[in-house]
Amino acid sequence: MPEKLFKVNSEEYVLPGNRACQGCGLSLAYRYILKALRENTILTLPASCLTVLHGLYPITSVNMPCLNCTFASTAASASGLVAGLAAMNRSDTTVVAIAGDGGTFDIGIQALSGAAERGTDFIYVCYDNEGYMNTGTQRSSATPAGALTTTTPVLTKQQGKKDMMKIMEGHDIPYLATCSPAFPIDLYDKFVKAKRIKGTRYVQIATPCPPGWVFPPKDTVKIGRLAVETGIVVLYEIENGKFRFTGRSKTLAEKGTRAPVINFVERQGRFKKMSMEQLGQLQKWVNNKWTEYLKRAEA
Amino acid sequence: MSGNVQIMTGNSAAAYGAKLCKVQVISAYPITPSTSVTETIANWVERGELKAEYVRVESEHSVMTVCVAASTVGARVFTSTSSHGLLYMHEQLHWAAGSRLPIVLCCVNRGVGAPWSIFNDQQDSIAQRDTGWIQIYCRDNQEIIDSVIQAYRIAEEVYCPVMVCYDGFVLSHTMMPVEIPDQEKVCDFLPPYKPHTILDPEDPRNINPVIFPWQRRDAEGVLRDGYMDMRFKLQHALEQSHDVIVRTCRDYAGLFGRDHGGMLWGYRTDDAEVLIAGMGSIATEATMAADLLREAGIRAGVVGIRVYRPFPREEVRDAFRNAPAVVVFEKNISYGYEGALCADIKAALYGTGIAAPIHNFIAGLGGRDVKASELAEAVRASLAAIAGGKRELQTWLNCVTE
Repeated sequence: MPEKLFKVNSEEYVLPGNRACQGCGLSLAYRYILKALRENTILTLPASCLTVLHGLYPITSVNMPCLNCTFASTAASASGLVAGLAAMNRSDTTVVAIAGDGGTFDIGIQALSGAAERGTDFIYVCYDNEGYMNTGTQRSSATPAGALTTTTPVLTKQQGKKDMMKIMEGHDIPYLATCSPAFPIDLYDKFVKAKRIKGTRYVQIATPCPPGWVFPPKDTVKIGRLAVETGIVVLYEIENGKFRFTGRSKTLAEKGTRAPVINFVERQGRFKKMSMEQLGQLQKWVNNKWTEYLKRAEA
Repeated sequence: MSGNVQIMTGNSAAAYGAKLCKVQVISAYPITPSTSVTETIANWVERGELKAEYVRVESEHSVMTVCVAASTVGARVFTSTSSHGLLYMHEQLHWAAGSRLPIVLCCVNRGVGAPWSIFNDQQDSIAQRDTGWIQIYCRDNQEIIDSVIQAYRIAEEVYCPVMVCYDGFVLSHTMMPVEIPDQEKVCDFLPPYKPHTILDPEDPRNINPVIFPWQRRDAEGVLRDGYMDMRFKLQHALEQSHDVIVRTCRDYAGLFGRDHGGMLWGYRTDDAEVLIAGMGSIATEATMAADLLREAGIRAGVVGIRVYRPFPREEVRDAFRNAPAVVVFEKNISYGYEGALCADIKAALYGTGIAAPIHNFIAGLGGRDVKASELAEAVRASLAAIAGGKRELQTWLNCVTE
């Protein structure tokens, strides 16, 4: 066991027996997120896979206070919690909003942009499984080009993934980070750090989804690792504008040993209709991103 | 009037009402004609005259979300809006009522597009009729300030949100003398807000999760509500709020000397041969029409519906029991049927043996002017039609219909 695992909070907040799918990348990430956030935290979340994970009334599998909100309103709900807690002189409580990519890149972007622009003191977490997975795998603006979804069932998605990190960075917020449940210590460290920072913090987690991406549930960590090894997912943080590679991506950046994207693509049923042209474009997209990030890391 | 009387707009009256209730969180987004309510409050907050968190969000949808979340952690919250702002909140209005949160919202009534209208009618709040909010319609600026104060006490007693509605421009931007109640007396009248459930890290709860149609047992084996049971409780709370509204209004009158009539109010109704019904400023206008009609020998009276939800079923029956004729004027239309108020009045009278002819006038949509003399003339025309045997009639007043 890596030495660093011993520093992880031993308390469990995501209790056994939740309603997430077998092999859910989110449930793995969520366990470490809540361990890092610890006590004196209030969560708010919209309709999503996470609502299902939290369980059916009157039983919940998550041992943290949570306010469920409507789909478009996650960051506004967090703003209301922050304002209400301030009015009640309880500003020491950390407010955390968690939504999927549909709830963040698409329907929730207005409220999120508003909350970030106001500098609302909260952590916004986007778990990005690249589609509307809770409603059965429909296309979102986070779905990559070439992926089959139930709303791009024949031709695959034609447009590339929206760069939500760039949009959030445009809000001049003090902390942004990406992470993956396949690298839990990197994820844990980022949330420990995010909790200590004041202002709007944005963390985006690439969460593999066995039913939506069409791979065996036993391969969640393997797929998550491949996403990082191929450079499709890059682990980094931007603190007060300063970009820094972290964890495995830092090693890849130093050694320049990224694997080709085909290694990630070929293991998922959602890409079975991906054309060679789309595959080439994906590789080019990854290469361009890395050029940009490497330049930023040097600066 | 006595004490601190000032000349002010309806929007100022609403803002003063919220301030006197010491609201702790305000969230707002600008929209005509409600904007100056929350501008006034922003001024007080920035000058330190009101200790509150003020959240300037990017949309009305977020306004009501902030209200819901802040109320959930125990803060007394306030907002105001109009027209499309209220429509944009629609989803969150349901969420607020479903969460049983005592939020108070001032709806400064305005017409609804398309096409755009900034002028007054009541289509906006009537379109929110079925969201589970209590709706109070004010007839003058004094009633606005008094109703906001009453609204918090009602809301926090029955755990239902309250919409205080008043007509855009007609009241919102019209100056009238208003007595500002004494702060200490308001504090006596309105106890601090005690939330029914509070989100607290010390006592983790999952508020508003997915719920099944049927009842389910919790971890201790206690059978808990299913979705439909919760919906019944909301309906029951709205029905029960009737008595609370009446008592609150009476207590307020005892303490402050002004009685706005509880669920509804009457004007020269005792010997009336025709009763005019309405909500908000059009009912005030109707009192002048009644005076004109009486001068001309027609014994007219007015029944002003103050609370539209819960609907004052019994009071409406009492008010119209002996009326030979009823004329309903209203600034909304339930497309494909008739005015919402008229339909509700008729429904309240069903099976009671009250068989007065009821005529419906749709008036003043999108700010079209309605003068007292025109209302009086409309009543005359109705009475003539009733004399000719016409029991039901829908007329669009001052409107090209051919």
